[in-house]
Amino acid sequence: MSDPMAEIKASFFIECEELLESLQDALSDLDEGADDGETINVVFRAVHSIKGGAGAFGLDALVAFAHRFETVLDELRAGRLDLTPEAVKLFFQAADLLADEIHAAREGSREPEAAEECLQALEALLGDRGAAHRADAEDETEAADFQPMGLALDLDFDFTPEDASPASFTLQFRPDGALYASGNEPLQLLRALAEIAEVSIMTDASAVPPLDALDPEENHLSWTVQITGDVTEDEIREVFEFVEDVCQIDISSMPKSSETPLPEQPELESEPSGDTDEDEKFEPDAEANGPGPVDPAPPPTNEIAEIATEAPARTPDPGPAEQQAEAAKPSAAQPAASNTAPAAEPGATVRVDIERIDRLVNLVGELVINQAMLAQSVTEAGLPPNSAVNTGLEAFMMLTRDIQDSVMMIRAQPVKPLFQRMARIVREASSAIGKDVRLKTEGETTEVDKTVIERLADPLTHMIRNAVDHGLETPDMREAAGKPREGVVILSAHHRSGRVVIEVSDDGGGIDRKKVFEKAIEKGLVASDAQLSDSEIDNLLFLPGFSTADLVSALSGRGVGMDVVKSSIQSLGGRISITSEPGKGSCFSISLPLTLAVLDGMVVNVAGETLVVPLSSILETATLTSEDIRALGPSTNVIHLRGAFVPLFDLGAELGYRGPKRSYSGDVVLLTAQEDGARSALVVDSILEQRQVVIKGLQQSYGHIPGVAAATILGDGQIALILDPADLVQTASGNTRAIDISLAG
Amino acid sequence: MTEDTTPQNDAAEVELLSFRLGEEEYSVDIMSVREIRGWTRATPLPHAPAFIRGVINLRGTVLPVVDLSIRLGMEPVAGDARNVIIVVQVGSQTAGLLVDAVSDILALPRSEMQSPPDLNADISQRYISALTIVDGRMIRILDLTSVLPQEAIEAA
Repeated sequence: MSDPMAEIKASFFIECEELLESLQDALSDLDEGADDGETINVVFRAVHSIKGGAGAFGLDALVAFAHRFETVLDELRAGRLDLTPEAVKLFFQAADLLADEIHAAREGSREPEAAEECLQALEALLGDRGAAHRADAEDETEAADFQPMGLALDLDFDFTPEDASPASFTLQFRPDGALYASGNEPLQLLRALAEIAEVSIMTDASAVPPLDALDPEENHLSWTVQITGDVTEDEIREVFEFVEDVCQIDISSMPKSSETPLPEQPELESEPSGDTDEDEKFEPDAEANGPGPVDPAPPPTNEIAEIATEAPARTPDPGPAEQQAEAAKPSAAQPAASNTAPAAEPGATVRVDIERIDRLVNLVGELVINQAMLAQSVTEAGLPPNSAVNTGLEAFMMLTRDIQDSVMMIRAQPVKPLFQRMARIVREASSAIGKDVRLKTEGETTEVDKTVIERLADPLTHMIRNAVDHGLETPDMREAAGKPREGVVILSAHHRSGRVVIEVSDDGGGIDRKKVFEKAIEKGLVASDAQLSDSEIDNLLFLPGFSTADLVSALSGRGVGMDVVKSSIQSLGGRISITSEPGKGSCFSISLPLTLAVLDGMVVNVAGETLVVPLSSILETATLTSEDIRALGPSTNVIHLRGAFVPLFDLGAELGYRGPKRSYSGDVVLLTAQEDGARSALVVDSILEQRQVVIKGLQQSYGHIPGVAAATILGDGQIALILDPADLVQTASGNTRAIDISLAG
Repeated sequence: MTEDTTPQNDAAEVELLSFRLGEEEYSVDIMSVREIRGWTRATPLPHAPAFIRGVINLRGTVLPVVDLSIRLGMEPVAGDARNVIIVVQVGSQTAGLLVDAVSDILALPRSEMQSPPDLNADISQRYISALTIVDGRMIRILDLTSVLPQEAIEAA
């Protein structure tokens, strides 16, 4: 951190990430047929900005690559190059390599090998012109070195350079006290003015009397505004239309900065006051206006310079005048700012170290536990529900919840960068095995906890590769099946009932169930006479040891099986399921909790133990009657619920707290739903409450417990287990579908 | 058996925290003891081996508690106010050991440690790394790594 250069460099690389993202976006648009100049410009600018920044840091390899890429893009921008799908493909490849180059520059590692090849392919697009540009490129690379931090500046923003046009107007603006009384604000007016033209504003606070003589209702400030640019006097007058009668406005078309302070000249000498910033700003501007009509009266300018030097010594006099001067400051600073950063800012952002956020998340977690403890002791104290303590506590709980939500939102990030990485995987995988694949993404803006995103990358990569490699048929096979040669892989994300569902689907041939089944028998994973449903066969893919040896190509057979994918999803508290239709394709669906820190749960009591069931998995609760319960097999029951039969599980027995009960009549059941829509009824002794609980992992301190997702700390300081109903049902004992135990999906 | 948990430092003396389990006296290296807590009810874990008493809340973290008595093949610890939980840390793993009562802190010369005799029949023997005699009482020094739950899950 001590090296300022390293810091700037780090921020350059962060900026690069953003530029690469917009580059990918624009290329995707191009790929989808958006052949407009603006999109091409975005591509060009991104590459150009990276080059500019890299030049400033002397990252020569990166500059060289970016430059040659940029040269080709420039041709495209100039319309001398056709935007063919092949070209877009090459651009994508070049963008990927550019990302690699940036990575190499950051890590100081070797640059990617394929770079030269790709560049030559790119330059081949240019035909004969390519060679000439090649030569230029070398020269210009040198030139690029001098380019200072051209990052945000290089946008074709439409503003008039200072020296291009002379000052067109000088505005004298002196509001009456009535202007304030009528609810107007000079700052707003000046800002409005700054929006239509280039302005340079000087505040004249010289008329401000000493504090004891100050009439707070009256105005003592006036402003002199130099207006440059393409505006008419009428347009300027329009800004002040509503305040015309409560202020003095004097617009002159010649720069009359000389006249401005003249009447107050003596005062200026005796009592210099005013905001230095403005004066200093004004100074160079007055000179900058020089190329236009020359300032006829030097003395006032000197006066201003004098103020600038003397003013700092002035003791600040607080009061309305000071505030007004303060208020005027931003308006004066604004045009200056717009000179340096004309880019439209898409909402201000702050980069924060993730550790700080994590700390905040932990603290909020503790806060929630403490709040629960407090609530419990208030209840135990037996205070009346409408007492001040209770109302206060209620407000406290709402605040806690809001804080929690906000903190979680900080951690949440759109899945877009992850999806972009996957787009690259698709490009690489498809070109490696010679398939035409288009990746469609949906719901890129869906926000998921940062940790979840990070830990999703590996399993998702594997699934995408699988989809490209196994899911999709070869182009010839596709054609024979009457499908377009180009296969489609859809990667989508959306929120569904408090969870995030990420799906990878393809329009390939679907799972070859016969082959999978045979393979499983061969591996001894299932008995050869086992009767398996389609979905059970699909789920065989997740079994450890299900090596698809002869199904695997060099591409996806990289030692990561689907069982690894499954376990990494499970470690995130997620679940994965498959649906597949022969000839139509298959779909892998991952369902994840929104956050890893808190969940809304139903607190229930089972055999004296307190358990938490995630609210998101509960469809409804019901009280059983003896008619509802039907026996199924020797040890299992189903309940009859509105025409459907739902398997019944006794939580107390499943978790080993007690044996199965003789009768469940009158007991409370929670009806839960799994990802695949299967329902199950869980018997509990009583429902205590619904509340938010902080998730405390068990994995690290103990290990995985079947049916248990995590633990939490209750208001009384006791630990309660958080159930994972889907997992619980799959490993449940009171189940005749024994095969499910081994095929847990 | 493993010598790992006997103190590795070069000091000639080793400090032990000794405690009672039934009529027997055991001890652990005091360097691995984080704190000693009074008995609190542990939340039982489903599908856990019998010696896992459950989990307790240790200032916001979930701490598994091992009933050391069951672990060593004896009757379970009663679980009343006189019992204590010794919080120990081995490597990155922290766990609670439920014992009948803590008795003493002993400082013993390393030279007085004896390897336990090799008796395969005794299941508790695999958890003992050394033996020593203090005032005529035999004190067993536990091998913590083999006692803690993670190990048990893998072995089970």
